[in-house]
Amino acid sequence: MFYREVGQYKTSYASDLAIFPILQDRIGIIVIVIAAYVLGWTANDFVLNAMMIPFLIFTLAAIGLNILTGYTGLLSLGTGAFMGVGAYACYKLTTYFPGVNIIIWIIASGFFSALVGIIFGLPSLRIKGFYLAVATLAAQFFLEWCFIRIPWLYNYNTSAAIEVPSRTLFGIPVTGANATAETRYLIVLTIVIAMTWTASNIVHGRIGRMWMAVRDMDIAAELMGIRLLPTKLLAFAVSSFYCGVAGAMLVFLWYGGAESTVFSINQSFSILFMVIIGGLGSLLGSYFGAALIFMLPIVLRFVPPHLGIPVHAATVEHITFMVVGALIVFFLIVEPHGLARLWQIAKQKLRVWPYPY
Amino acid sequence: MRLKYLILGAAFAGLVSVDALTTKADAQDSIYVPLLTYRTGPFANSGIPLANGMRDYLVMLNERDGGIGGVKLNIEECETGYDTKKGVECYESIKGKNPTVINPYSTGITLQLIPKAAVDKIPILSMAYGLSASAVGEKFPWIFNPPATYWDGLSMIFRYIGGKEGGLDKLKGKTIGFIFLESGYGREPLPLLNQFAKDYGFNVKEYSVAGKEMQDQSAQWLSVRRDRPDWMIMWGWGAMNPTAVKRAAENGYPMDHFVGIWWSGSDDDARGGGKEAKGYLSLNINGIGDNYPALKDIKKHVVDTGKSQVDKEKFAENLYNRGIYNSVLIAEAIRNAQKLSGKKVVAGPEVRRGLESLTISEARWKELGLSGFGAPITNVSCADHNGHHSAYMQQWDGAKWVKISDWIAPMKDKVRPLLEKDADDYVTKNAGWPKRTEPCDKSS
Repeated sequence: MFYREVGQYKTSYASDLAIFPILQDRIGIIVIVIAAYVLGWTANDFVLNAMMIPFLIFTLAAIGLNILTGYTGLLSLGTGAFMGVGAYACYKLTTYFPGVNIIIWIIASGFFSALVGIIFGLPSLRIKGFYLAVATLAAQFFLEWCFIRIPWLYNYNTSAAIEVPSRTLFGIPVTGANATAETRYLIVLTIVIAMTWTASNIVHGRIGRMWMAVRDMDIAAELMGIRLLPTKLLAFAVSSFYCGVAGAMLVFLWYGGAESTVFSINQSFSILFMVIIGGLGSLLGSYFGAALIFMLPIVLRFVPPHLGIPVHAATVEHITFMVVGALIVFFLIVEPHGLARLWQIAKQKLRVWPYPY
Repeated sequence: MRLKYLILGAAFAGLVSVDALTTKADAQDSIYVPLLTYRTGPFANSGIPLANGMRDYLVMLNERDGGIGGVKLNIEECETGYDTKKGVECYESIKGKNPTVINPYSTGITLQLIPKAAVDKIPILSMAYGLSASAVGEKFPWIFNPPATYWDGLSMIFRYIGGKEGGLDKLKGKTIGFIFLESGYGREPLPLLNQFAKDYGFNVKEYSVAGKEMQDQSAQWLSVRRDRPDWMIMWGWGAMNPTAVKRAAENGYPMDHFVGIWWSGSDDDARGGGKEAKGYLSLNINGIGDNYPALKDIKKHVVDTGKSQVDKEKFAENLYNRGIYNSVLIAEAIRNAQKLSGKKVVAGPEVRRGLESLTISEARWKELGLSGFGAPITNVSCADHNGHHSAYMQQWDGAKWVKISDWIAPMKDKVRPLLEKDADDYVTKNAGWPKRTEPCDKSS
């Protein structure tokens, strides 16, 4: 009824190829962005600190992995380690050059991660699928080993941890304990929106099409004149860049200090699940996936106490595990292409509602 | 246009519902004691007895005495699963409810919370874990880690070894193996160990165990078999401990030369090694067994009335008692805070003062119904948030732990300079670390 494109004529190729061809979608996205910014001033610390900030950071990491796995078809289990590279790089950069704005270093640390990603992406020319997953698993273990065995990376700290120093932007603290949740949230939100926009432009353009061609059939892509190695390495680089920035934000704008265990294989898996559940090859899916995997358990944990049901903290945890697990199975059975596909179907249905044909 | 309102309305409704989910619970007539525990996850086997011990002692105070100073304790557990992410989430949900003190129960979570404590005015009690340097009170006014640091623990182990060898100078030319969990916790003793090696002229062999090979360790113990160290020292946690004990027994390592830190001394750890584990040593800071009046009270008021989650046969095991020890520190700090501030309902800032002048003399331990349960806490002060108290050595007799030494004092003269240096280091690396502004109370 409300959601239909009747009367919206496309008079140029640009409007026909637009990412959001329908006016309602464009209004919707603007409203969501405004609402997200308004949330920064209205929500309490818990919502920002425990839910929104990590949700956005994990979304960014999921977008990174989606570029590699969803768009280029290269399975990677090294996401956690690439995030770690970003975090440790940012830590080293800001200790050496404390005068430079921390936000610049958070973005710049992505390049270090990209470099490492390229190196570990080299085998991808020869091996594919599960075998590549094993090769990236080696990256995960090797880098994790580095994070603990190279004391230079954590400035010879006795606890082998990196601690985030206080840094300011226009005189307002943005990292460290004095930074308010609002400031950090707004920075994370801005970075994530900007990088999602960039990713959207990349995947809808020439490069994205090259990636998808490689994903769908690499021999055919090669015959069409796409050079496989540079294309695959570019996917690794861009993907690792996104993961690196996400990792740097994770430590600097959320945790405020971290041990190497933060970037363990479990982190890699949880990002991979976000991508699979959200939808391979969909940026929107990365948001859905991160919301389902990260936010749902938190919300579920608050349901029983608010309904006044007296249960032990551990029981709630077990129930949450089971409910989330069951939901994942449910969604994968109902729609194997992920939540993004469900959303697409819903939109399609809405267009012809209430008179479906 | 109607669509816009609809979307806006939906967004607004979403916001309201999220806010409603997190409304602050206010309880003005009780003292709020949050407990960060982990009954799930890979370290649950160590976490469950600790959680039960901490909770049961505080519940017992509620049941028997009606709380502390006539004010009921509002005890709330938050499940962390030993996961830093969930720990931070717990902290955020607790922060607004006037918590008295936070026990992170994970080195990772402690490190996250250290900078936040001073900002949010919530003291952190990381009992014999966490950042060793946080013992320096001038630099870390809100962090407490009594009764002893890891470095104290290592020095006590060396005192014990020295006693057996007939003097620490007899260690010259000998080999000491150090098997540790590959993490910040496991690596922490290394600087002091290397210094001891220099001072006493022995060789150190390091065997690191990564988190994923905790339950295997065959490679490490093969090296131990080859190197034949004269003593083995262990810094392990969770599933690493029983495996190490088992492997040591399988490889025929003399168990009475194998010493664990206090976190490697639960009953399950030693039981894992079977009959051959007999003789395994570990440091301990709390009393063992249930032969204390306070534990009898817990049994009567909490366990027998079904208010506890503890298995009957696991009652009063070592880590359960460790949890009790932790809660005694909390309870005594609250009591002290009430005395110092004159208020009945205390929160973070008062309890910080209470912790800073915390004293539990031998007589006080007796009053608590825990005579000899812990070494007297006498040295905690504004400058020293740890106190470097004593521990004792216990030995596994095949079925239970037996206390085999008197209280062993740490080598404070060796440990303290390292701590001060580390704390200075921390402050210089974290530019803009706040100067201490909190005034100091006289010790009570």
